[in-house]
Amino acid sequence: MSADVNTDAAQFEADDKGWFGDFGGRFMPEALVAALDELTVAWQEAMADPAFLADFDAILRTYAAVPSMLYDATRLTEHVGGARILLKREDLNHTGAHKIRNVLGQALLTKRMGKKRVIAETGAGQHGVASATAAAYFGMDCTVYMGSVDTRRQALNVARMELLGAKVVPVDSGSATLKDAINEALRDWVSTVDHTAYLFGTAAGPHPFPSMVRDFTRGIGDEARAQCLELTGRLPDAIAACVGGGSNAIGLFTAFLGDRDVRIYGFEPGGDGVETGRHAATIHAGESGVLHGARTFVLQDEDGQTIESHSISAGLDYPGVGPQHAHLAKSGRADYLPITDAQAMDALALLARTEGIIAAIESAHALAGAFDVARDLGPEGLVLVNLSGRGDKDMETARDWFSLGKQAT
Amino acid sequence: MSGSTTATAFEKARADDRAALVGYLPAGFPDVQGGIDALLAMVDAGCDVIEVGLPYSDPVMDGPTIQAAAQLALERGVRTTDVLRTVEAVAATGTPTVVMTYWNPVERYGVERFARDLAAAGGAGLITPDLTPDSDPQWPAAADAHGLDKVYLVAPSSTDARIAMTVAACRGFVYATAVMGVTGARATTSELAGPLVARTKTVTDLPVGVGLGVSTGDQAAELASYADGVIVGSAFVRVLLDHLDDRAAGLRALTALTEDLARGVRA
Repeated sequence: MSADVNTDAAQFEADDKGWFGDFGGRFMPEALVAALDELTVAWQEAMADPAFLADFDAILRTYAAVPSMLYDATRLTEHVGGARILLKREDLNHTGAHKIRNVLGQALLTKRMGKKRVIAETGAGQHGVASATAAAYFGMDCTVYMGSVDTRRQALNVARMELLGAKVVPVDSGSATLKDAINEALRDWVSTVDHTAYLFGTAAGPHPFPSMVRDFTRGIGDEARAQCLELTGRLPDAIAACVGGGSNAIGLFTAFLGDRDVRIYGFEPGGDGVETGRHAATIHAGESGVLHGARTFVLQDEDGQTIESHSISAGLDYPGVGPQHAHLAKSGRADYLPITDAQAMDALALLARTEGIIAAIESAHALAGAFDVARDLGPEGLVLVNLSGRGDKDMETARDWFSLGKQAT
Repeated sequence: MSGSTTATAFEKARADDRAALVGYLPAGFPDVQGGIDALLAMVDAGCDVIEVGLPYSDPVMDGPTIQAAAQLALERGVRTTDVLRTVEAVAATGTPTVVMTYWNPVERYGVERFARDLAAAGGAGLITPDLTPDSDPQWPAAADAHGLDKVYLVAPSSTDARIAMTVAACRGFVYATAVMGVTGARATTSELAGPLVARTKTVTDLPVGVGLGVSTGDQAAELASYADGVIVGSAFVRVLLDHLDDRAAGLRALTALTEDLARGVRA
């Protein structure tokens, strides 16, 4: 790492208004400000309360299979032909992704605040399933907003949420995808805020969500850092995660922000290629704006209207990004690079065939980017990749992409 | 810096011992000229202040009616410059005309540039549903530099401290959201509106307009008994949505609704 890169971790924290440098803040209707203030106080008190932290830790250990293991991917390393690759196996968590950490944290906080109903938005359905799971675990009423385009594409996840006892509301407004599901969840929240908590699905949105979601997911990096030291006796040269809204990435990055010899990479969904305009590489190709309550990088037209994003990975298909990532990018502490659909799918296949692990397409973006980093570093290098989720949900996409299963029909 | 023209309109209504009628339509709906024609009809039929909405792709405070109108306007290609053109056409009547907009389109246009061009178009100010006075310092500075009204919202959930902070930052009038919820016509007026207006009036002499849910002259009359202004949006939009195939009939219906509401604020 070059000497001029700032690795003073405190510089990457938000101030008391939720500003990460030029990004973040709170651009919200006044009607929700009291609830956001209440949430901010409750979250800060909870994070300072050893009993809350012990409860959270116990739930993660006894229910969610956390800490996830750190896996030494030797055959993958050999095939890629570069640095040693370690995988943080968040795909093995209950419900199959890092997202369970965030929802259990937020639901535990909801319980502490005495609220009995939770709402959530979801794109592909993973955060919706995780929210429905947490609601079932805590005995809470749960409503999930999901774009009607997505309820059709991800009918199985709708069924999972319903089986878990949640109500799924299809959203037809706007482009009928994730951003519109967030809009509709916010509309619900404006009228139900006295008894309802909004379990936000990523480290974006108005203060305190970016910092709060980070606090509930940062266990990924805290664990991985310790596991890496134990396994290899040293820190990695580079760490990598995929970035849509950015919750798994900030969860991994946080523990390493102060480690000046660790390079940090976020890999964004490049879709058909950034040059085609059909992508969701918000930091790489977006511009500063305000979306869903925070100033961040946004895919937008010259009038500030949000542009629809495109990615083969529904979980990364979002035209905004968490404001802390915007700050890490601008400050130079982390690099954010696009990975195309094709690169991600190639990485997915290589991991499956060399290690017997089927990753989520989201996580395959991190893998694909990490392969380039590993080749640059060479055999002496060490790369740690967050395998944020498993790929069961993506089998239809994979079947179509690779023309699988043809012989059986 | 001249006096606030919206405040003048409220004062004039108050002198007549009535509330002001504030009418909203998004610009570019059903198209730019159609929107201008509709707003001019509302002025002719008795609106004291006009709010021109800036259609936005992610309107989190709007219910289905205004969402549908904004989406139609965007699909038909409305631009920020069309909003300013609409303001210019309406403000030329002498009726105070403010823009109501989510924040990102202003930030994208350039905050200072937007303030300058809005003032040049004869616009009186800006209502900012997702920008509170403590969100960002750029707008107050630009608005002050160009003599524009800053209309922030207060809500039933606002603490007394936040109401005091908000009204201190307002110029022109204060927008009180009568319900906890999104825009849209409701059958009955909210029981939350009265206490909110009362709490607001204890800390400001600015006029207080009440919006969200008003659709009939009777509801307007009820609100006018304690508020300085009655703000109507979705009901006007609904009339135009119901007459998309027959603009002349739409304008007649819009005029009839405006007259009913104008009677209400005088009751």
